[in-house]
Amino acid sequence: MSNVKIRAGNELVVEGAIAAGCNFFAGYPITPSSEIAEGMSRELPKVDGIFIQMEDELASIGAVIGASLGGKKVMTATSGPGFSLKQENLGVALIAEVPIVIVNVMRGGPSTGLPTRGAQGDVMQARWGTHGDHPVIALAPAFPKEVFLSTIDAFNLAEKFMTPVILLLDELVGHSHEPVELPGPDEYEIINRKYPEKLETLEIYKRKMGEPPLRPDFFMGYPIHIESLEHNDYGYPTTNPEIVEVQQKRRLEKIEQHKDEIIRYKTYYMDDAELVIFAFGSMARSALEAIEILRKEGGPNVGLFQPITIWPFPEEQLKKEVGDRNVLVVELNWGQLIYEVERVLKNNRIDGLLKMTGMPIRPDEIIEKIKEIKNA
Amino acid sequence: MLDYEKYLRYRTFPVPWCPGCGIGTIFKAVVTAFAKLNWDPNDIAVVSGIGCSGRLSTYFNTNTLHTTHGRALTFATGIKLSNPDKHVVVFSGDGDALAIGGNHFIHACRRNLNIKMIVINNNIYGMTGGQVSPTTPTGFVTTTTPYGNTEPHFDTVELAKAAGATYIARETVNRPRQMLKVIEKSFKHTGFSVVEIISNCHINLGRRNKLKHPLPMLKWIDENTVPISKAKDMSEEELKFKYVVGEFCHRHRPDYFSVYEDLVVKKAGGDKK
Repeated sequence: MSNVKIRAGNELVVEGAIAAGCNFFAGYPITPSSEIAEGMSRELPKVDGIFIQMEDELASIGAVIGASLGGKKVMTATSGPGFSLKQENLGVALIAEVPIVIVNVMRGGPSTGLPTRGAQGDVMQARWGTHGDHPVIALAPAFPKEVFLSTIDAFNLAEKFMTPVILLLDELVGHSHEPVELPGPDEYEIINRKYPEKLETLEIYKRKMGEPPLRPDFFMGYPIHIESLEHNDYGYPTTNPEIVEVQQKRRLEKIEQHKDEIIRYKTYYMDDAELVIFAFGSMARSALEAIEILRKEGGPNVGLFQPITIWPFPEEQLKKEVGDRNVLVVELNWGQLIYEVERVLKNNRIDGLLKMTGMPIRPDEIIEKIKEIKNA
Repeated sequence: MLDYEKYLRYRTFPVPWCPGCGIGTIFKAVVTAFAKLNWDPNDIAVVSGIGCSGRLSTYFNTNTLHTTHGRALTFATGIKLSNPDKHVVVFSGDGDALAIGGNHFIHACRRNLNIKMIVINNNIYGMTGGQVSPTTPTGFVTTTTPYGNTEPHFDTVELAKAAGATYIARETVNRPRQMLKVIEKSFKHTGFSVVEIISNCHINLGRRNKLKHPLPMLKWIDENTVPISKAKDMSEEELKFKYVVGEFCHRHRPDYFSVYEDLVVKKAGGDKK
């Protein structure tokens, strides 16, 4: 019997989280992510998990960090305004190195903006939203199966690197109902955080450059200190410049040194492409449709580079796949990741189809832009 | 002799508070209460926010978490829900609990999760240099009210009562024995408890208000302290700017987690822990 079901992206986040072993969710209602909280409130109690709707966005990320320290696999979900409110405590998870998954179903901004309309305007906020230097992992899946698997991936990366992972959907991905064949447990791996073999040292942050902390959870028999201030190997507050440097660098290197392990991307129709589209999330899907229409119509032949990991940015992968070909960046914003593409591909011609009106950029608009570039 | 030393994380000493600060007295009362109840340090999580009170968590040899300004209760909620059989104690200052964290405070009271909250009220933002707080008495001079505080102050006890906390008490650092008693009682209570301790900040509140040294500041607190038994016979006017001390509320209401287990887990058909 086939395992094909009709699912919206937000529902697939719920199913992916449960499959990953998520057993704690705290959230606050916000369009267009509320279906995730609703789904978790229904599913978690069935699997011995805890759901709580907190009093605000700041509280919900605080609660998931607390629960993660208490040994749970945790998630919270929100959208633009809520993501803004969560930024301060996102910093706690980064500096204290606490694994959490935070979903942002992107809507039109700034401010209250366009609650019911899709956008991809929080890409740079995901990178730099919380203050200070910090490493970031952000995944932005496009297709239903990818949403399910990226959710599991987000938990795996969070637990492995002891860091928050941001799952960026856009409203179009979160709300599109489509048939999807859900992968079975043999098609994905589940990674859980590591514990020290013996509980014998309080120096939980004394690790090699680029290594995550190795520590017990709370109540495991060895009382530890977790600190939002910059801290030493014990986790105790410090302003010693040498220690600060080591800890700041170790956290950044944690992601930098493991980029190849963290970066996921897909390519389509690249072999004979004279132009490569760079697009993620819902825009990768518009682009793919445009590419397929053009191929049916006899060209031009265009390929697609679709990053699933957008932070860390897939620099080497993009260089390798694109070569010296021209690139068209399609984003549902007025230009954010295009700056990264320009930074990486210094000698390529790069065009942008960048727009945020509350409506998706349609395949015919992309085709028109491709023809315009071709005729230029 | 009570063995409270096992609750002290000596490695992190000395403590950062100014000489004569009331926080030391509160610290002692809390470790003494732990020792009297003989709680295993590993079974305790101490969570704190930001400010002078926020630094407390570092010095307990228990599981400890120093969080962001005003948010200690939210982290504590996650810790408690994920480990309902462990003890979770939260320290918060007046600015932390009642200004930036006011929303979390009232909802924690309403939710009645079994968390022990201690509000250290020194009537000022001490660590940042003495700015007005929601509990600074009207008329007092602070660095952001150089002509005197124009705002009325919050009554922590009344707020907690209205919001639904199930154990509420207030004491001052001048009354360490009574303080220990209510802290210990709050620790034994099942449900959300709020113990407010009036503390002295002679450095950043006192010195701008003719209470420059610990003794005059403590004396000022003492002169304005009224036991709850006495307060019953006093008028509202007489009680203005007074710190009424004692136990205000000790009521039973099922705590959040037991309701969650009885209602949600049963209906959803999940396994009980």
